[in-house]
Amino acid sequence: MKIFRNPTMAPEVKPAPAVERLTRRSSGLRELARLLQSEEPLCVLDLGSTSAANIRYLTERGHKIYSEDLLEASTDPELVSKDEDGQRVLDHKHFFGENLAYSTAQFDLVLCWNLADYLDESLVKPVVARLWSVMKPGAVLLAFFHTREAGPDAPCYRYHIVSPEVLEMQHVRSQRDLRKGPTGAGERSFRLQRVFNNRHIENLFRDFTSIKFFLTRDNVREVLVVR
Amino acid sequence: MPTEADFAHIGKSVNIKGEVSGTEDLYVGGVVEGSIDLAGNNLVIGPNGQVRAKVQVKGVVIEGKVEGSIRASERAELRKTAIMVGDISTQRIVVEDGASFVGKVDVQPEATKPGAKTAAAQPGTSPGLPTLRAPGDRKA
Repeated sequence: MKIFRNPTMAPEVKPAPAVERLTRRSSGLRELARLLQSEEPLCVLDLGSTSAANIRYLTERGHKIYSEDLLEASTDPELVSKDEDGQRVLDHKHFFGENLAYSTAQFDLVLCWNLADYLDESLVKPVVARLWSVMKPGAVLLAFFHTREAGPDAPCYRYHIVSPEVLEMQHVRSQRDLRKGPTGAGERSFRLQRVFNNRHIENLFRDFTSIKFFLTRDNVREVLVVR
Repeated sequence: MPTEADFAHIGKSVNIKGEVSGTEDLYVGGVVEGSIDLAGNNLVIGPNGQVRAKVQVKGVVIEGKVEGSIRASERAELRKTAIMVGDISTQRIVVEDGASFVGKVDVQPEATKPGAKTAAAQPGTSPGLPTLRAPGDRKA
């Protein structure tokens, strides 16, 4: 009796799913092109997941790159404690003891990508304040913010620089289980925590000298901020 | 080109605390804490290898975990299983997709030798810098 499968056929081996990469043109990155072509070696801080492409792109141009995956670091279970009301809180002192521990005015460029949209609410402002202090006066920060139309399930991407104005985007998942799904199993997707409107973004970077918005067609605003 | 037989091995059950130095290529499959100084030689940290050390080598291939600083006079290579926390200073760096890196990369320009041609842009293709292979790697 044949049920479900022809025994004469070898079991079908499905190839491992390829990691899908999307590309997007980035006006913010294009604005940075002149800075990245600088003869002077720059100090660049990349706050996204490790990107071989970014390390290659920046080091080939003679720049120093510092890489820190802040989003992943923020999900460290050791950071979580409970306050007097039993509410879950993140230990900021512990977090900043292990992350963004640089001397003041060190960086010429910070690649923040979409960190603020996915980072725990309580860490967003302190992280921006710490970034302000580790950036040189005149240094530039590139950040992406989703618009409301993106929806709560907007995937978190890792960004790879492939040319002066083109990025590759790769869906990034956490190394740790972030939350329990309906089945009780852990899920590893980072979830959009909030949507910043333009006023929120201006407030977030109010200590910086200037801010420039770029509207795009994929429900993401690109922001270039000058320290 | 170093082959497997040319590497001195620190096996996966070996745990060393202190100073490791030598004049031959080294494969670390176990745990090393302290410092590794192989100034003119290569180091391979295998998938089970864990190094918490200040490392000074000619070339390094990382497949396991490293916490510390690495100074590789020629080349540093982070394979897809690598987890590196610390700073890397080298002339050439190769990072595979999937590698995890937290720290600083400082690529120092090569010292120009008289009559030498400019190094190729693609890592590992410069005639003067042979690709470093870990034991067990297939030859291309």
